[in-house]
Amino acid sequence: MKKLVLLSGKGGTGKTTLAGAFIKMADSKAYADCDVDAPNLHLIAALKTAAKEEAFFGLEKAVIDTEKCTDCGLCEAVCRFDAIGGGRVDAYFCEGCGVCVEFCPAGAVAMVPHVSGKTMLYADGERVFSTARLAMGSGNSGKLVTEVKKRLSENMKWDGIAVIDGSPGIGCPVIASVTGADMVLMVAEPSVSGMSDLARIVKTAQTLRVRIGVCINKWDLGGEMAEEIEQYCREEGIDFLGRVPFDPAVIRELNAGRSIAEAEESPAKTAIKDVFLKAVQILYEQ
Amino acid sequence: MKIAVLSGKGGAGKTFAAVNLACVALEACYVDCDVEEPNGHLFLKPLNVWTQRVSVMVPVFDVEKCTGCRVCVDFCRYNALALARGKVLHFKEACHSCGGCVLLCPAAAADYSTHEIGMIREGKSGGVRVLTGVLDAGEATGVPIIRELAGRMPKEEICVIDCPPGSACPVMESIKEADYCLLVAEPTAFGVHDLAMALELVRLFEKPAGALLNKCLPGENPARKLCMNTGLDILAEIPFDLETGRMISGGEAAVLKSPFLKAVFLGLLAKIKEEMQK
Repeated sequence: MKKLVLLSGKGGTGKTTLAGAFIKMADSKAYADCDVDAPNLHLIAALKTAAKEEAFFGLEKAVIDTEKCTDCGLCEAVCRFDAIGGGRVDAYFCEGCGVCVEFCPAGAVAMVPHVSGKTMLYADGERVFSTARLAMGSGNSGKLVTEVKKRLSENMKWDGIAVIDGSPGIGCPVIASVTGADMVLMVAEPSVSGMSDLARIVKTAQTLRVRIGVCINKWDLGGEMAEEIEQYCREEGIDFLGRVPFDPAVIRELNAGRSIAEAEESPAKTAIKDVFLKAVQILYEQ
Repeated sequence: MKIAVLSGKGGAGKTFAAVNLACVALEACYVDCDVEEPNGHLFLKPLNVWTQRVSVMVPVFDVEKCTGCRVCVDFCRYNALALARGKVLHFKEACHSCGGCVLLCPAAAADYSTHEIGMIREGKSGGVRVLTGVLDAGEATGVPIIRELAGRMPKEEICVIDCPPGSACPVMESIKEADYCLLVAEPTAFGVHDLAMALELVRLFEKPAGALLNKCLPGENPARKLCMNTGLDILAEIPFDLETGRMISGGEAAVLKSPFLKAVFLGLLAKIKEEMQK
């Protein structure tokens, strides 16, 4: 089994659009959405069966028992997250370290389980789709990403290409989604922002020692920057997998809940297929 | 007045909106809280930029004093500590800087030290003060940098906060200080799904909010529908336009080139001010 992760650094470059298309093109029987704080893959790649939902418990959070609390203020003084004030803990800012519990002389603080989101596993025959949704404003997104991948691995019975849709940025959820990947495909946008963000995500992926490929989406919206991105890939010795043109058919299909792979032949579909075949080649030549 | 610009989905136009809003305000402060991928400076091109590194607290252990008692290892809920050959090892990637190990060590073998995770840059672009947070590659969280930025925001003038995508803790930190939230929406099923999440977040924090519909296409707009259904005010609409796209691709602040967009953003700013006075 090969794990192909789609990342971009910058948001909105087309990770999910390409992931959805790849799933159809590979007839993938195992895929996951690791963008847990804004998951979208289910909108175009959901299975017909109902999802098996499970609460996701992140780190425990502190709770103060007002009966026992003597208002000594020690918990507030030792908390480095400014999560305690007026004798109560703000669960949004509590990072669950437990220092307040150790220092409370009245034994009034306890750590309690905290639901930080939910995981959803769709299974239809041998096809599995693992996804999740983080609770609003929650931390623990890296942990939840790891959980999504774990549930995919545990439930898949397939030896093809597992397509994993990643999240924007370069922080903990991204690092968690790259762990164990056979290849990361970066979907770049031809703009100064896209270039800057690509360089940062490539640097992050390089520290994680994973095989990288780059493609450009909507390349014709910024032809000059597309040139610059290709040049950057040559200089860095990164595989360049192709350019996908801007194509209104993509938005049309997406708003109808389908991937572009299911549409009639269109310029973007042809180009995405080409990128996909190149990615497959790299995945299996290793 | 602090205006946070967020969208849930990436690429909806947060930076585009925040940069241009700051530009039409003339005297303003633009704060880039998308510390994982900060881009506003590419459009504002600030001058006289100075840089300050941002560090977090991490423990440092005196191996001579460490008795290998495991108190810190057993306490650490982040699995950032381990014991090897009777001595403690620290993994700074997993550390949340809670300070528990330092406070609890019975042998006083642990002390506070610092670890750099990124930086803050500040410069001036015309009348706009440009504050940018930048997370170092390979670091897990930019939240401490966002907190540092929040501490530097001016109280009086107009302050535009460019938020990260998503709806997790970095976004929450970014909108914490905001007086008003501007939600940028794109007319796709993805954009609407994530706009709903962003709206849920701002309502959870009881922030007044309005929407900017970006990249509007002729015909039905699913983002408009969501605004209608949820009672979210639409403050402005910007059509999808290849020329605007080219300006953004090339790193230009669109209001400086397009009289139409300048009028749109002036109107948007006036509406936000009006909303704030209600």
